[in-house]
Amino acid sequence: MNMVLPQKTPDPRTGQIIKLVIMAVGGQGGGVLTSWVESVARAQGYTCQATSVAGVSQRTGATVYYVEMMAAADQSPVYALAPSAGDVDILIASEMMEVGRSIIRGFVTPDRTVLIGSTHRALAVSEKMAPGDGIANADEVIAAAEIAAQQLVLADMDRLAVEQGSVISSSLFGALAGSGALPFPREAFEDAIRASGKGVEASLRAFAAGFDVAVNGPAEATEVEAPAPVSALQGPASELQTWQGLLARANGLPEPVRDMALAGLTKVVDFQDCAYGRVYLDRLEDVVARDSVVQEWALSATAAKYIANAMAYDDIIRVADLKTRAPRLDRIRQEMGAGDANLVELTEFFHPRAEEVASLMPAGMGAKWEANPKRMALLSRLFGKGRRLRTHTLRAFIMLHFLGGLKRYRMKTRRHQVEEGHLKAWLADSLAVLESDYALAVEMLKNRRLVKGYSDTHARGLTKFSSVMGAAELLKGRDDAAAWMNRLREAALQDPEGTALDGALRTVRSFV
Amino acid sequence: MAERSFKAEVEHLRKGDGDVFTGEGILAITKALLENGVGYVGGYQGAPISHLMDVLADAEELMGELGVRFEANASEAAAAAMLAASVHYPIRGAVTFKGPVGVNVASDALANLCSSGVNGGALIIVGEDYGEGSSIMQERSHGFAMKSQFWMLDPRPNLPSITKAVKDGFELSEASNTPVMLMVRIRSCHVTGSFATRDNVRPPMTVKDAIANPQSDFNRVVLPPMSYLHEQDKIENRWPAAEKFIVENKLNEVFGPQKAKLGIVVQGGMYNGLIRALQRLGLADVFGNTEVPIYCLNVTYPIVRDEFDAFCDGKDHVMIVEEGQPDHIEQQLGSFLFKAGRQLKLYGKDVLPMAGEYTGQVLLDGVTAFLKSAAPEMLPGQVRAPNMEAPAIPDLSETVPIRPPGFCTGCPERPIFAGIKLVQQELGKHQITGDIGCHLFGSLPPFEIGGATMGYGLGPAANAAFDGGGERRAISMLGDGGFWHNGLSSSIGNMVFNKSDNVVVIVDNYYSAATGGQDVLSSRAQNDTKSTGNPIKEALKGVGVEWIRQIDHTYDVGHVRDTVREALTTDFKGPKVIVASSECMLNKQRREKPIRNKAIKEGRRVDVPRFGVDSDVCTGDHACIRLSGCPSLSLKRLDDPLRDDPIAHIDQTCVGCGNCGEVADAAVLCPSFYRADVVHNPSGFETWRAGLRSKVIGWLQTRRDNRRLRLEGAVQ
Repeated sequence: MNMVLPQKTPDPRTGQIIKLVIMAVGGQGGGVLTSWVESVARAQGYTCQATSVAGVSQRTGATVYYVEMMAAADQSPVYALAPSAGDVDILIASEMMEVGRSIIRGFVTPDRTVLIGSTHRALAVSEKMAPGDGIANADEVIAAAEIAAQQLVLADMDRLAVEQGSVISSSLFGALAGSGALPFPREAFEDAIRASGKGVEASLRAFAAGFDVAVNGPAEATEVEAPAPVSALQGPASELQTWQGLLARANGLPEPVRDMALAGLTKVVDFQDCAYGRVYLDRLEDVVARDSVVQEWALSATAAKYIANAMAYDDIIRVADLKTRAPRLDRIRQEMGAGDANLVELTEFFHPRAEEVASLMPAGMGAKWEANPKRMALLSRLFGKGRRLRTHTLRAFIMLHFLGGLKRYRMKTRRHQVEEGHLKAWLADSLAVLESDYALAVEMLKNRRLVKGYSDTHARGLTKFSSVMGAAELLKGRDDAAAWMNRLREAALQDPEGTALDGALRTVRSFV
Repeated sequence: MAERSFKAEVEHLRKGDGDVFTGEGILAITKALLENGVGYVGGYQGAPISHLMDVLADAEELMGELGVRFEANASEAAAAAMLAASVHYPIRGAVTFKGPVGVNVASDALANLCSSGVNGGALIIVGEDYGEGSSIMQERSHGFAMKSQFWMLDPRPNLPSITKAVKDGFELSEASNTPVMLMVRIRSCHVTGSFATRDNVRPPMTVKDAIANPQSDFNRVVLPPMSYLHEQDKIENRWPAAEKFIVENKLNEVFGPQKAKLGIVVQGGMYNGLIRALQRLGLADVFGNTEVPIYCLNVTYPIVRDEFDAFCDGKDHVMIVEEGQPDHIEQQLGSFLFKAGRQLKLYGKDVLPMAGEYTGQVLLDGVTAFLKSAAPEMLPGQVRAPNMEAPAIPDLSETVPIRPPGFCTGCPERPIFAGIKLVQQELGKHQITGDIGCHLFGSLPPFEIGGATMGYGLGPAANAAFDGGGERRAISMLGDGGFWHNGLSSSIGNMVFNKSDNVVVIVDNYYSAATGGQDVLSSRAQNDTKSTGNPIKEALKGVGVEWIRQIDHTYDVGHVRDTVREALTTDFKGPKVIVASSECMLNKQRREKPIRNKAIKEGRRVDVPRFGVDSDVCTGDHACIRLSGCPSLSLKRLDDPLRDDPIAHIDQTCVGCGNCGEVADAAVLCPSFYRADVVHNPSGFETWRAGLRSKVIGWLQTRRDNRRLRLEGAVQ
């Protein structure tokens, strides 16, 4: 081999190039943050180069900005145009999964990288679409960040900024300054914000919040939302007395069941009244009687949850009641940031179908109408169209208020009859396997989770529920019956059409 | 009016001798054009050169002072055709578009231009949309230069080099009577830096001067027998002239030691990446002083054989860094070496990958592999024998979701796709093609509408095989940008002529929105220098479309659904075109927000709508999201042990477009959504009426509350 060129070690000055990556979601102000970084570097006697990949990634996609800088010298340094894995000094990620993406791409390494990340989530479409819970696991990302980063600044930078009436680029810039990763004083960063000249005061406040978080760490877990104003329980004396009795009964339940039972009881009584709450406890106690401490009361705790959900079904009366309660308007005013001088006008979107109208009829009559396509067509013609109720006006409000007051009548409706029948069948089916397979019974109770939504979505949920419950017949007697029941339910929650569920069911049929 | 305004930056274009310009690459190119006496400029927007068009549009006043004509061309083909002015007249012209798709569109005009040859310098500035952040198929523009015989500049990615390439490009073009393409990669377009400016130069001959003294010469017309002569002229005269100019003016650069057994040939645009790899291996210092000789091709076509031969003299190993495929340059150099009978070993696509972007890691690996073979003693010890185990970082690839681009908050295109999705739920799946533009995001979840995109304005043309009809009509999407670019003739005209029975949905958002909100013919905005306000509907009538439905408010999902259903089921035979028009929300907000804030401050009545979800009514089935995908419609977990699934939630970025309510209604979803209109500065009467209403409502609520347990927010 030729020995013309002696072996070299890397130029120590190469290490003087500071390499900074910003990973943002399109529309988050990553460009502004980049220009601030450039501005502070140049003002501090550094040469600096920034690049970005704009294009369609501006439209809500993931976007990368890259900056290199070095103290000015008599020659111009050669900067790279894109970050390299394992060669990044500072990584700023403006969202939790972007933190994760930066780690996947190798931009965060334990030997050198200061990682500044925001823990808030901007959910990707794939996470939001699933009928179940498709939200990615942030804890895994945090765990990886702790290993991957040399220095880690993690906080909800979005909240810090929004609280100050600013946007996340400001709080991230503050955290960058506070992290000490760049050799510039705080004032230099603030000057960069001032020089940009837009929304300076709010930006500086958010900058300070970010700076503090980087220096002192996130503030002790304060309540994110102000706790709802708590008042003493109010109501008619007789109901209050009955309620106390129900509470005592619920408190007498085994400890692992108690909390869920209290939540369930509250929901059911809020849905109807104390008498209905008593029915709930009766049903629950029947389950408890067949359960034991050996299984840590898993069956009862599950039953406490899903019996309550089944009993507090989503009918028109419930929706009308919830939409006309006094605290709702206050909550909306607060959420919308309406001041005292502002008026808030509300529009509700209702679209009753013939099915909903028939379900509101007395049980016998409703069943007859439902069975008669002509009558259903008539109902569809009369009622089946979208209604926008302007509930700040008296006409619409009084109509909803009246509907919400039909609680006593509710127990006689067709809907109640159907829901009761469904609930009883589900409980009976689930408990039927209890003696032979406790775990399977628990899983079958949990299938109630599949029943949710309104109209078509509700109907599809019921179909899936039936398919999954029906699989119990196939699975009964198998050691892994409960595990498969769980798998089927998770599959049912993956997509609306039930494609994953159909696949899982085919698998089940293939081995029985 | 474009999305980003460069009005402030344009002032930097007035800088002169002795000044320093600091800013973005694209702005620097504009400045260089003015410094080099350009006579006319034009182009068609598209990433990564959209901003170049925006800068030119914002600089129109300055260019007017200099006598420079700016044309916002209707397409890349139109832009390239404009360079015809440089065929006869000694006027420098420059056009810009993206590559390679823009070059595809322009190739007809480019081929003719190259055959004719040019008298004035003709520069085509191409933003090569390749690698990370690209929105198109991964190809190279290089092949066009080879087939049509124009020269290709690929300067080192720093502002002094890029601006010098503008000057070199014009001069090379004039010296060789050949158009020159200046290629800048995505990141070079947006790279920031500084360069020393010179005074702007008024073109020696303006287009106005030229039109006063018209010229023509049939020898320049592409017709036989002249076209045969053009081909010979390219080879015998223009090419040698170009090589001579390249060598004499040292357009290509050689760095590093004179004598060495190895060397690297690199495209100018890849130079910084190569230097970084060498820096990391200890073979180049921070300023780029390299231990490995580098032959930097700022001109990647033609390759000057003599220069290459000189570089290879005394070397045993030469590597070529050439991004993308095919490996045009490597093939050319290999051919040179083989024909010369050299024993030198050539490296390239063997140590580097054939396809894909040459990122920092790829280059580091490639250079390392080259050196391991060619000169292992040059590598730092740790590369030769790594002794430190890197710590294991958990694999997050299963955890982190992909985040493709999508419709913005409040986008008027979302309800169009929601409507089409609802129709498909009723009538079944249809054959649907997409087109280029924001509406192509409709092909992604949650809508998944459209299965192909064949090019700008070619959506309906891509369904032409189905024009004969069948059991279900085919649907194609077309944007307003695509409609005016190519769609009117290639797609709509094609359908009318062939008596198509299919359906077209034209998404008219008032702008060429995906490229940054530039105006098109049908834009509603008042534009002082361009003719806007020409309705798409009228153009459709003009080419013979009889069944046209105009939707003026796309947020009415029910109306969209009914109209699409009508188009699919009507007895009418012939093309059915729905024009769905609502303004791009990104541009609308940018325009209206300041006006609204000002009005609120001034005490005028303003109604600000926003949507919300009643969390206790929402059951967490997410059906609404599957018909929306809006960034502001997200999920939140409730602090309620009875709930398993997160529920829908609308954050404060909601712009109140109305899609949520319309979808809840049209798809019969659920009653969780509400719209809250916050009225600022209400009139006295309104306030009085609201007070009265709230008294009655409050009385009713208190009356009911007194009869029941109030469990909401109470201690137990």
